[in-house]
Amino acid sequence: MPRRAVAADAAALGYRLAGVLLLGGALALLSDAFLTAPNLLNVLRQASLNFLIASGVTLVILTAGLDLSIGANVGLSACLAAVAFKATGSIAAGVGAGLACGTLIGILNALMITRLRLPPFIATYGMLWMVHGFTYWFMAGETIYGFPPGFRALGSGYLLGIPVPVYLMAVCLAAGGVFTRHTTYGYEIYAIGANPEAARLSGVPVRARLNLAYTLSGAMAGLAAVVYLARLNSAEADIGEPLMLPAIAAVLIGGTSLFGGLGSLSGTLIGAVLLTLVLNGMNLLNISANWQPLVTGGIVLIAVWIDVVARQRSEGKG
Amino acid sequence: MIPPVRNSRLLERAAAVPGVGYLLAALAVTFTILDPRFASLPNLLNIGTQSSTLLLLALPMTLIIMSEGLDLSMGAVLGLSGVALAMRLAGGGSVMTALTVAVAVGGVFGVANGLLVVRLGIPPFVTTLGTLYVAQGAALVLTDGRSVVGIGSALPTLYASTWAGLPFSIVVSALAYAVFHVVLYHTRFGVYVFAIGGNREALVLAGVRANLHHVAVYTIGGAMAGLAALLFTARTNAGHPTAAMGLEFDAIAAVIVGGTSFERGNGWLPGTLLGVLTVGVLKNGLNVMEVHNALQVASIGLLVIVALLIDSFRAGARRGHL
Repeated sequence: MPRRAVAADAAALGYRLAGVLLLGGALALLSDAFLTAPNLLNVLRQASLNFLIASGVTLVILTAGLDLSIGANVGLSACLAAVAFKATGSIAAGVGAGLACGTLIGILNALMITRLRLPPFIATYGMLWMVHGFTYWFMAGETIYGFPPGFRALGSGYLLGIPVPVYLMAVCLAAGGVFTRHTTYGYEIYAIGANPEAARLSGVPVRARLNLAYTLSGAMAGLAAVVYLARLNSAEADIGEPLMLPAIAAVLIGGTSLFGGLGSLSGTLIGAVLLTLVLNGMNLLNISANWQPLVTGGIVLIAVWIDVVARQRSEGKG
Repeated sequence: MIPPVRNSRLLERAAAVPGVGYLLAALAVTFTILDPRFASLPNLLNIGTQSSTLLLLALPMTLIIMSEGLDLSMGAVLGLSGVALAMRLAGGGSVMTALTVAVAVGGVFGVANGLLVVRLGIPPFVTTLGTLYVAQGAALVLTDGRSVVGIGSALPTLYASTWAGLPFSIVVSALAYAVFHVVLYHTRFGVYVFAIGGNREALVLAGVRANLHHVAVYTIGGAMAGLAALLFTARTNAGHPTAAMGLEFDAIAAVIVGGTSFERGNGWLPGTLLGVLTVGVLKNGLNVMEVHNALQVASIGLLVIVALLIDSFRAGARRGHL
């Protein structure tokens, strides 16, 4: 990345971090319950689910693509994980089924986009409905619930006082950070998003990298599905549906541009935390949950507007 | 849109029809053969009625996508407009004032979308994702998450009325199509809409206030969501804050399937009509044949992908890649 883009990136992250701190400070003043370890850990745990899904979406959006199938993917992966676990009683089988299902959906998305050359919006939108329909048929209105503590620990357990999903989030952030910023794969994903033609001409295997990004997006949805299932302790056909827009919102609030080539996983983490903080704060302050979408919308608009202004300024200076 | 490569005019025209046109014909023939009830007049009118709300959203969506934009807020704005409409009706207002309120609410969101995109330069996807949440939140706060019921009998009566044998909703959506067709293909504004997506620079250099017209495109989208709220509320007999969520994706799919693409002012309004009808025919036909509901859901996804595939194969064949 050019140096100026890196500087703009750091500044954009700075604004967001300041936003999180401001919101956190305000909540600490307004509510005694906010600045307690259990509450903050709870915020992180809630943010981790969104982050797991959103991190895969970040990769896809970095390539200037989109994955609308993630919510449906989480739904089917969670249901298959539940069925596999109930059938075998093995945690590995449950986790494996969820991950495999998520990854397979990701691979199908990738094939539609790179082999059949469908626009990502259409391919993943079509996939959304096919997966959704399949899940409805497969579950036939059933709810699968009641999992043993060993399985539920993945979503609601603690290790050394810290929720298990938070470890998963930390591992994904670290691995993803190295992957996107310190490997050739990562550079190439940024390059494809910035200018696919230039990337192709300079020898980037565009198809292979796109395949990788969509497959990882699917796999992360599969992982999130297992965590979600373990947390909810029940699986239904439509549990994934409400997760799609918040995951995309976290990516965008985090400063990743839909035009590709610009953004970061740490930004997405801040986006996920910011969204969760809002929820948590409204909860603590006894504000009706009905206000939540309104505030979320405001944050999305303000965050991206700040980016636009900052970018215009830095371009004006350069 | 497509370079003429064949000698016959008829073939040329057939080649210009997007894949969805052939899909629609194939579906209609198949359903007719499989079940005679499908092609009956009452059922065809039924398809029209079921498709009308979607068409009202897909028409302005075509213009918005042609201008290299997107409007994800339409479903949520429809919900908020519907709530406002139902509240006005429940408060004893006439259908006309309630509709005015609904269109005004939608129009305000449209203007806001337009200003955020055009003046502040926020990408359309993000802008309208933000206003989606704002509209949804406003609808939830206004209603406390409950449906607004008791909307009186005036709107349901109007909805049930027929005009020259056609249901009210079909008349409204047919009129809307006619107006959009004339505006897009026979007015200066229509030319500007093509140019905003295709060659904005030239438009500005020609002294046209491109920004103004660009905002107008989004405003029309919001106002049409308000109009669609009239049909949606009448059909469900209540103003529900979130029932219309996701309709915007159906509208986008219908537009894209109909041959309008995200790039460079490439749009075709009749294609949008075909796209909406195909979705309607598919849903209805599977319903008549009593296919499992889950398969109906899945088939919409398959339809979108197959229609686009047909187009890309044909485009490839024309370019000699196949």
